[in-house]
Amino acid sequence: MTLLERDAPVVPATTGLVMEDRERFLFRVARKAFTSDEVLESERREIFDRCWLYLGHGSEIAANGDFLARSVGGRDLVFNRDRGGAVHAFLNTCPHRGAQLVREPRGNAISFQCFYHGWAFNVNGRFASRYAEGNYGEGHYSGGCADLIGVPRLEHYRDFYFINFDRNAGSLSDYLAGAKEIIDLVADQGEAGMEIVGGGQNYFIDANWKLLAENSVDGFHGLPTHTTYFDYLTNVGGLRPDKFPYPFQQVRNLGNGHAVIEYPSPWGRPVARWTPAWGDDKREMIEAGRARLVQQFGEERGLRMAELSRNMIIFPNLVINDIMAITVRTFFPLAPDRMAVSAWALGVKDEDERLRSLRLFNFLEFLGPGGLATPDDVEALESCQRGYRNQREAGWNDISKGMPRGADAHTDDEEQMRCYWREWDRRIAERAAA
Amino acid sequence: MNAATTMVKPGVAATIRAEVEDFLYAEAALLDEWRLDEWFALFAPGATYEVPTAGAPDDDDSAKALFYIADDYVRLRERVARLGKREAHAEFPRSRLRRMISNVRILSEPPGELRVACNLVCYRAKNGKVDTYFGHSLYALDVSAQSWRIAAKRVMLDMDLLYPGKISILL
Repeated sequence: MTLLERDAPVVPATTGLVMEDRERFLFRVARKAFTSDEVLESERREIFDRCWLYLGHGSEIAANGDFLARSVGGRDLVFNRDRGGAVHAFLNTCPHRGAQLVREPRGNAISFQCFYHGWAFNVNGRFASRYAEGNYGEGHYSGGCADLIGVPRLEHYRDFYFINFDRNAGSLSDYLAGAKEIIDLVADQGEAGMEIVGGGQNYFIDANWKLLAENSVDGFHGLPTHTTYFDYLTNVGGLRPDKFPYPFQQVRNLGNGHAVIEYPSPWGRPVARWTPAWGDDKREMIEAGRARLVQQFGEERGLRMAELSRNMIIFPNLVINDIMAITVRTFFPLAPDRMAVSAWALGVKDEDERLRSLRLFNFLEFLGPGGLATPDDVEALESCQRGYRNQREAGWNDISKGMPRGADAHTDDEEQMRCYWREWDRRIAERAAA
Repeated sequence: MNAATTMVKPGVAATIRAEVEDFLYAEAALLDEWRLDEWFALFAPGATYEVPTAGAPDDDDSAKALFYIADDYVRLRERVARLGKREAHAEFPRSRLRRMISNVRILSEPPGELRVACNLVCYRAKNGKVDTYFGHSLYALDVSAQSWRIAAKRVMLDMDLLYPGKISILL
C-alpha cells in the first residue's frame, strides 16, 4: 500500500482555504477565496458545472409559448413553455453556426428562428426548417442533430425551476434536501400558488459572489449596517414587538451547503402580519389572511408562516428571503471581484390588489438597489472586497461567532455561513484531489 | 403614453419655458450640492418620487410592478433624513455628483398641472469609480402658488441594466 492510498480516505480533502478548529472554536476563510482567478476557475468547474442552479419560476412563463432569455451558470439560456405546456431550457445558440436564437429578453412565440441563416425551430426545440432535396441528407432531419440543444437536466420543485449541467447529477429533490421544507413555507402562502410580480431587478456588485451568499443570511450585520432602516421603521410606526409563542430553531443546517435562519422580526409582513404603519383599513384583510393560514396549516405552522421571517441560502447561489416581502435572488461571478445579480419579488397569486400594492411598497422599503437597506449591503460587500487588497498581510476572514453554542446557534451567529463554506470547501477540494 | 415621442405642445409661452428650466436647474443644483432638506422642501405634501426598473415604460404602475424606488411623501422624507446620517453607509463619505438636465419639454400647461419632461445624465464618483445614470425625468408641478412644488417626480432610467449596482443617491 502506498502512502497516498493509505492517506486518501482518512484525511478529508480540504482546499486549505477554509480552516475549522472545533476545539478552539475558530473558523476562518482565506481572503484568497474571494480574489483569485484560479479559485474562480475551480468554482466554475466544480460548483457551477455540477450543482443545481436556479433558472426561474414557472409563473414567469405562465402561458404556452412564453419564453425568457436568462443567463445561468455562465451560459445564455432560453427558458420557455412550449405549445403543449411543457417547460424547456435550451442553450441560446443556433445549432447551425452559433448565433443567439432569442435576442429579446422575453416574449411569446410559436417558433424560434435564427436571424443569421434562417434555421427555424419549434418551441419544443425540434428543427422545423425544410429545404429542397439535395441541401441536406435525410439524417439531418431525423437524427436530432439540428434540434436545439437543451440543458442536460431540468427539474422543478413547487414551480421553482433548476438546471444542472452535469448529466449524472443526483435528483433536484435530493439536492434541495431540507431546503424543501422552507420552500414549502413560502410556496404555501398563496392558496392559488405564488408568482413572480412584475419584472425583476438586474444589477451588478463589485465584489466576490460568495460575499452576497454570506450577506443574505447574515443576522449579525443587521443592526450595525441597517441602523437607518430601523430608524425609518420606528419613525413611520412600522415596528411591532417581536415574540413568537412556540419554540423554534433559529439556525438550521438544511444539508448540502443550504442553511436558513428564522426569527420573529420587527417589520410587517403582507402575508399575515399587520403593522400600524399600514393603517387600520388593511388590518382586517391581513388578519383574515393570518386566520386562513392557521386554519389551513394548524396554529404552529400557520403562525410560523405568518410571523417568522426567514433568510435561506440554497447552495451555491440562490437566496429566498421571506422577510418584509419575499425576494428570490440569484447571482453569478463575472470576475473574482464582480458579480451580476438578478432579484425578483414573489407574491401570492390572485392577490387582492391592495395587498399586492402593499407587498411591493414593503419590498422597496428594504430591498433592492434603491431600498433603504440593500445599498448599504452593497457598500459593505464592495468595502470588504477593497479590504482584501491587503490580503498578503491580512489574509483571513473570521466567521467563528456562535461556535461554542453548537446546534443551538443564534440568528446573529455565523453557523449558517459555516454550513455554506464547509460545502464549498468539500466540493472544490474533493475534485482537486481526485 | 411615452414622453419621448410626445410632441411638445405648440405655442408654449417662452416665459413658462424659462421658469421651468430655472426650476429644474435649481433642483439639480440642490441635489448635486447635497442640500437635501431644501430639495425635499420642493415637494408638495402627498407628492411621490419614483424610479421604475431600467427600461420600464413611462406609465408603469408601482402597485403592479417592481420598481427600484416608489416613495410616497413620508418615505421620501425618511429617505432624505436617512441620507443625512453617517450610518447611510453607501453615501458615507458622500459621493461627488454632477448632473446635466437638457431637452426640456413642456407636455401640458395650466389650468391643471404643469407637466414637464427632461433628459438627465448624472455622474457619481466614489472610491475611484464613476457611475453614470442616464434617462429622462417626468414631473408634475403644482404652480398654483408663488413657490412651485413638485407633485410627482418619476425618473426613467434608459439603461438596459443597472450598471452602478445601486441607487444610493437621489436622482
